[in-house]
Amino acid sequence: MDAEITLRVDGEAHRLTVDTRTSLLDALRERLGNTSPKKGCDHGQCGACTVLLDGDRALTCLALAVAHDGAEITTADGLAPAGELHPVQQAFLDSDAFQCGYCTPGQVCSAVGVLDEFERGWPSHVTEDLTGRPEMTSDEVAERMSGNLCRCAAYVNITPAVQQAGGAR
Amino acid sequence: MTDLLQPHAIGQDLVRRDGELKVRGTATYAYETPVEHPAYAHPVQATIARGRVTAMDTAAAEALDGVLAVLTPFNAERLADASDAEYAVLQGQDVGFRGQLIGVVVAETSELAREVADGIAVRYDEQPHDAELSADRPDLYAPEQVNAGHETDTAEGDVAAAMAAAEVTLERTYSTAMYHNNPLEPHATTALWEPAGDGFLTLWDSTQGVHPDRAAVCQVFGLDQEQVRVVCPYVGGGFGSKGLPHANVMLTALAARALPGRPVKLALTRQQMFVLAGYRTPTIQRMQLAADSRGRLSAIAIDVVEQTSKVKEFAEQTGVPTRMMYASPSRRSTHRLAALDVPIPSWMRAPGECPGMFGPEVAMDELAEELDIDPIELRVRNEPEVDPETGKPWSSRNLVRCLREGAERFGWSGPRAHRDGDWLVGTGVASSVYPTMRQATSTANLRYEDGRYVAEIGAADLGTGAWTILPQITADALGVDVADVDVRIGDTRYPVASVAGGSSGTNTWGSALVVAAREFRTKFGADPRDGDEASGDVDQAAQDDTHSPYAFGAQFVEARVNADTGEIRVPRLLGVFGVGRVVNPRTARSQLIGGMTMGLSMALHETSAWDPRIGQVANHDLAEYHITVNADVGEIEAHWIDEHDPYVNVMGSKGIGEIGIVGTAAAVVNAVHSATGVRVRDLPVTLDKLLPGLP
Repeated sequence: MDAEITLRVDGEAHRLTVDTRTSLLDALRERLGNTSPKKGCDHGQCGACTVLLDGDRALTCLALAVAHDGAEITTADGLAPAGELHPVQQAFLDSDAFQCGYCTPGQVCSAVGVLDEFERGWPSHVTEDLTGRPEMTSDEVAERMSGNLCRCAAYVNITPAVQQAGGAR
Repeated sequence: MTDLLQPHAIGQDLVRRDGELKVRGTATYAYETPVEHPAYAHPVQATIARGRVTAMDTAAAEALDGVLAVLTPFNAERLADASDAEYAVLQGQDVGFRGQLIGVVVAETSELAREVADGIAVRYDEQPHDAELSADRPDLYAPEQVNAGHETDTAEGDVAAAMAAAEVTLERTYSTAMYHNNPLEPHATTALWEPAGDGFLTLWDSTQGVHPDRAAVCQVFGLDQEQVRVVCPYVGGGFGSKGLPHANVMLTALAARALPGRPVKLALTRQQMFVLAGYRTPTIQRMQLAADSRGRLSAIAIDVVEQTSKVKEFAEQTGVPTRMMYASPSRRSTHRLAALDVPIPSWMRAPGECPGMFGPEVAMDELAEELDIDPIELRVRNEPEVDPETGKPWSSRNLVRCLREGAERFGWSGPRAHRDGDWLVGTGVASSVYPTMRQATSTANLRYEDGRYVAEIGAADLGTGAWTILPQITADALGVDVADVDVRIGDTRYPVASVAGGSSGTNTWGSALVVAAREFRTKFGADPRDGDEASGDVDQAAQDDTHSPYAFGAQFVEARVNADTGEIRVPRLLGVFGVGRVVNPRTARSQLIGGMTMGLSMALHETSAWDPRIGQVANHDLAEYHITVNADVGEIEAHWIDEHDPYVNVMGSKGIGEIGIVGTAAAVVNAVHSATGVRVRDLPVTLDKLLPGLP
């Protein structure tokens, strides 16, 4: 069964027809040709498909496109205009926080979401004092970034990159 | 001996040239190739572990709107060369392992292809399968050789006599788990046959080598090289699993041939990668060590048992590092295989050395404990003057320097174990080694174009940094600024290049680039004209075979084990490596820490839980096959010593992609032992193995 929906992706509105089984990830990649979010597992286990969905980080492989008619989506490619980089992207370059690059757009979007969650004072599993604002320690960042697998294992570069970008805000 | 290139660009800490594309997600991986009107393919897989497909009901599937082709063993075209049973997809009805490819559906959308593929009814003549590895199987056999052309067995002196005569002996059995490479980018291909003419095939394939990939495809389909182009500018990781094409590449090409003019895309699912993309065999390693009271070895032996598939043999060279690592007059190594009804094992990061430095490096720690000698000192006392296997001098061997510098940086001296509240804390060390290789074939082309030097070579960058470091090498060979050099890779339109494997890429491609640059300067001088062009072949570069070329390293681990729960944490991992001259410290460090982290993952988190009753990996996804995540790592430091090696190649560089994973798991086991007194000899180390022995 097909359905017609509207998605606003990286600032541009798209009207498209999707199979009601189509994931948001496949709608972006296979219908709209936006391959910035990656498919690593299709089961919400690796984080490579992470985007900002209506402002929050979200796994697009676990979302059905038809359920997100009218959604505002920002992929890693939409974080900054062409020729410029978002502070998180610049920090990833500075820290060499990736190798093969396949998990990277998801890591970057996840990091942008993480920084926003810090800003809003959200605690994590490792936050000891739930009454205060969580500090952007390496333990806090590592915990919050652990839904994004990196098989090249750039973790010890990713954490300082996120902290650097956080400090730059 | 070679006069090494004068380093100017080499050694500079340059940011990755492909970095901006990667942080935006606009680097194009194989499945993402923008093509007109693609069709989508999904495989049909066998649901038995052994037997024969007797019928497949495809009529309903073929009649569905949007289904473009359904291929099975009953209707697929015959391939030109079906001699490689892995590549002979849909060429017969026999099933050799659960999940084997038995069909493919091509449809207008990926959803439809998947639905239809999953719905095809298959009838089988099922036969009992045999899929359980053990060291006491009566049918173990010696392969003709093991991976990379190494001898199956070696022997020198009399190990049994040395064991009988020695003051101290150690006999232990160690085992490593089945591991799957699991690059984050699933194996994927976009394939397009030209609609007319005598057949031209383009494959955008995720591969560690476009040229070896093309050669395999040409062989299977009976095509000339000129009829096939393989393109792969970016690879989302491989770790060996994309070093050789697997059956999915042939299946995609076959599917596309059924639809000339229509690009066909096929990406394996994560679950399929546990069946079709190769894996590291589980290994069982029986170690024997004999020594005098001062720790000088008189015998070292390793007898390895591991598995292969009845469909196609792969023999991991697990016993190889024991042959050359330490001095000992008597030595033995053997490999025996069980051929099972299982998927086909293949290369995974440091095949041979990675599992093969687990048993020996834990055994050395056990011997040190037995003798009450510091484990670093024990290794120093068994340092060989020359390569014990070949008798050749080392091109450079700085294991002892790595151990000493690592000890200093890590803070090794003093007591190795203490208790910190609920946590038992300990430290461990192990050696690393990896051969320095250069492949026989690679050619680079160098052209002066619009005021820039443009080098072309069909090399691959799987995250290693080739896009960035090959210009550094070329710039120094030309004597120009690196900013004036472009290097183009990842396409068979560029000259032949070897696989990115065996940590040989930089050594091989760099050597060819240097020859091309020198040829260019000889022909055209310092002031070339637009269009001037020269090429260079790695064969022409001097190959020194009078020395034994290896990289060495030392890995240090701090482990903390919770005394009540057995939870294991590794807050510190530190490695020091002797890897020759480092071309780019930024990308080199990333490769080394990446390897070390994958070693930590091997030690604590990864295992493919094999169910022999059904012949399948039970935990075949990334939720249950655990790989190390961000919160699992603490401090990880990689250092390298200043090492000058004039024998390996003109850059003086050794490979760095694999050595980082070698020895890590042994260092973790040794640290956990020092913390808890519990010696885990079968990987991974999990809390259930520690709990019974905790104080």
